[in-house]
Amino acid sequence: MSLRRVVILGAMALGSFLLASCGGDADAEVVVYTGRHYDLEAAFTQFAEETGISVAFLPGTDVELRERIAAEGEETQADVFLTVDAGNLAIAADEGLFAPLDSPLLDEAVPANFRDPDSLWFGLTLRARTIIYNSDVLTLDQVPTTYEELADPIWDGRLCLRNSSNVYTQSLVASMIAHHGESEALRIVSGWADDAEILANDTLIIDSIAAGLCDVGIANHYYLARSYEQDPNLPVALVWANQDPATPNGRGTHVNISGGGVTRYADNPDLAQQLLEWLATDGQHALVDPNHEYPINSTVAPESLIADRFGVGFLQDDLDAATFGRLNPDAVRLMDQAGYE
Amino acid sequence: MTTPEVTHELVPTARERVHLGIGDQVSRLGWPSASLLFAALVVIPVLFLATSLLRPNAEVWRQQWDTRLPGQIVSTLVLLVGVSLGTVLLGSGLAWLLSAYTFPGARLFGWLLIAPLAMPSYVLGFVTVSVVGFTGPIQGWWRNQFGADAWFPDTESMGGAIAVFTLVLYPYVYLLARAALRDQAHGAYDVARSLGAGPIEAARRIVLPLLRPALAAGAGVVMMETLTDFATVQYFGVDTVSVGVFRIWRGTFDRDAASEIATLVLAFALMIIGLERVLRGRARYGTAAGADAGFAPQRLRGSRAAIATTVCLAVLTLSFLAPVAQLVWWATSEAVGPRGTPLFSRFLGYLQHSLLLAGVTAIVCTAIAVVVTNASRFGQPRITRLAARLTAVGYAVPGPVVAIGVLLMLVAVDGLLGHLGTGLPGVIATGSFLGLAYAYVVRFLAPGLNATEAGLGQVSEEVTISARSLGARPMEIVRSVHLPLSRTSIVTALVLVAVDALKELPIVLLLRPFGFDTLSVWTYLLASESRYEQAALPALAIIVVALVPVGLLSRQLRMSSAPEGPAEAATIGTWGGRTDEFV
Repeated sequence: MSLRRVVILGAMALGSFLLASCGGDADAEVVVYTGRHYDLEAAFTQFAEETGISVAFLPGTDVELRERIAAEGEETQADVFLTVDAGNLAIAADEGLFAPLDSPLLDEAVPANFRDPDSLWFGLTLRARTIIYNSDVLTLDQVPTTYEELADPIWDGRLCLRNSSNVYTQSLVASMIAHHGESEALRIVSGWADDAEILANDTLIIDSIAAGLCDVGIANHYYLARSYEQDPNLPVALVWANQDPATPNGRGTHVNISGGGVTRYADNPDLAQQLLEWLATDGQHALVDPNHEYPINSTVAPESLIADRFGVGFLQDDLDAATFGRLNPDAVRLMDQAGYE
Repeated sequence: MTTPEVTHELVPTARERVHLGIGDQVSRLGWPSASLLFAALVVIPVLFLATSLLRPNAEVWRQQWDTRLPGQIVSTLVLLVGVSLGTVLLGSGLAWLLSAYTFPGARLFGWLLIAPLAMPSYVLGFVTVSVVGFTGPIQGWWRNQFGADAWFPDTESMGGAIAVFTLVLYPYVYLLARAALRDQAHGAYDVARSLGAGPIEAARRIVLPLLRPALAAGAGVVMMETLTDFATVQYFGVDTVSVGVFRIWRGTFDRDAASEIATLVLAFALMIIGLERVLRGRARYGTAAGADAGFAPQRLRGSRAAIATTVCLAVLTLSFLAPVAQLVWWATSEAVGPRGTPLFSRFLGYLQHSLLLAGVTAIVCTAIAVVVTNASRFGQPRITRLAARLTAVGYAVPGPVVAIGVLLMLVAVDGLLGHLGTGLPGVIATGSFLGLAYAYVVRFLAPGLNATEAGLGQVSEEVTISARSLGARPMEIVRSVHLPLSRTSIVTALVLVAVDALKELPIVLLLRPFGFDTLSVWTYLLASESRYEQAALPALAIIVVALVPVGLLSRQLRMSSAPEGPAEAATIGTWGGRTDEFV
């Protein structure tokens, strides 16, 4: 291989690419930057069929997309920013990336605690982070029923938790800070840290509980649903946390959202709003079902696997997503103090 | 890297005379300014970030220092030491085994052993954790056999991380060690042996010192790769300083605080560069007239041959064959499963994007590396060496930090042009191929530079001086002497950069133009949601694509590695002969 040939070929490839990327102006379409990666394409295709509006999307990680929208400023291509976790939505709102929406449809479809008070962003799907356990090892009366109980030393070495770099962990801890205040939350989280085996992801937590490394853990419900898809007889079950309203901690299970908003400098704000409205109403099944999440819209029924195995009527912590979203940085610092890896 | 001090003492008069040559004024200005320009291109985006240090946030530092930072520094050090020891032992051991001996399969292993270069560490990371980890089939079987509490080494640990990095990164050391053994050590070893030294003594006293620059360079690359990784370590629960940067950035949404902590990563990187310089030593070993006769590899027989074959096979299996087999299994079961492979129709596009990006980056980086390296021969050495070191800085900066730096810089340039009334069209500033390729070049100049420096380092300075005293102009010397003599290292530079660029992740995540998804982006996005079965196909595609440049490199190795006889001498002879034509 001669060097010169490589250089020439490379230059040709670059040239043709640059030419190609300068080409034609696209028809009216909504451009979505999304930190949520899955099952979106089917939903967008359906949206295009029903409305005639096509959707182009750029998947990525939340923080990178947020930085990119911020840096692009008025030049941004994004009409819609979709992301998982209330913390990500709250910070995007704080950075001024979203435009407020005046949409009776969205206000109707999305409960008030799952949207921004200033209508900058709206939750679109619900995910519950709750307690899971090995159903071969623990009988129902032995299963811990609150997040707080897991700090008890009887779970020392029997508890599997996700690392503190993960945004779901951070949101759960942020909700603990909101409910208990800093010092009590620190005590509980330190207890977790003392008890727990820290793992890199929820699937690993579920598999580790099935394999006997731990007896209990905390995971998002849809990861367990996914595991059931692979093995319906997996000896891992879910219990909704903090359900008894008669007890001090009976505030309900921590629920997080994935959601989005229309960007401040959107070229097609009307189409963007239309997409969000569709996702919160007619598009709920297409958006929510494949990933086994709960619909944000209470008039939409959840898909059958989670409805059958996890139920629908559990008590949800009604803490504002915006509130625990803004407490996220405090949660990270608190976990540092607690020695939570 | 050359250390001209030594040469200077050797041939001061020759050098001074050369400096009076025609065209010297041009080269004295041209070469240093070119190398300074490239250095500036690399350093400016990094400086954009470093401005955060001008107003340090004492609270962040104190809070980090009181909690995780000390532990992170210790784990970073342990990881770096462990991985560099592991790769140096494994890489140089294999290089020696395959250079000094021949045994069944030796020729095949000689080039197959660089295959792990094509394996991204985060891919081996997630495959290892899911197969060898607690929930994987191996430990499941183990518990079935020996009871639920049977001891098994903890996979998700520092040890596991060191093992994975060692298996993926040893080829960097192996390659450089083999090149050094081939190009330099053989003659000296034979001479030592003929003078009565035993094989071990000859290896220790002659080969090891000769290898030292190559080992130091290899370990330097390995440590940089390990230092800036943030994906693989997290699979193993190892909390390094780089992980800390990400955690602050993502968790507390504080980019300034994150870039302040990132300067600690930079400090580690500078330490590595310094360490590498020290370990390389001041001495340099060039052969005056190109390469000389090769090793006559000793044939191993019986059990020793079997052991040698087994060792090579074991390394290759653990680092490459077994994980690839697992990925193939996942990808196949996904394809025949009820869901089918998601987004299968788009893979061709991902592939093209990966190829284009890697190709452009490799060519640009290598071209710049050649200029910067050669500038050290013709320009004012103090300036050109400084420029070369600065140019390598990008490699020490974690990918996302480079990406943000480039982003900030391009936005600033855009704003500046806006004031002048022109402005870059549309989103050229952010999310363009140009910006993306620029960030890649900033990040990956160093591996290219390392390779071309090592290559030119083997062309003795006397050769350059002779050519100049015969009236050749610098460009002529580069074209007719330096490039042909360091051709291997130029291919090595192209390959190392291309392979790194194929595997790169955070920069392309942040800066890619709309719709410009690559294989690594999809692998990462899927693996980050624990969808390993679905991540298997794009991961395999990265490996297959990366095998192409790696194959080129291995062909180079095969062409010039010992085929046990006169053919080898002929190849080497050609190189020697070519040298003679010019000198």
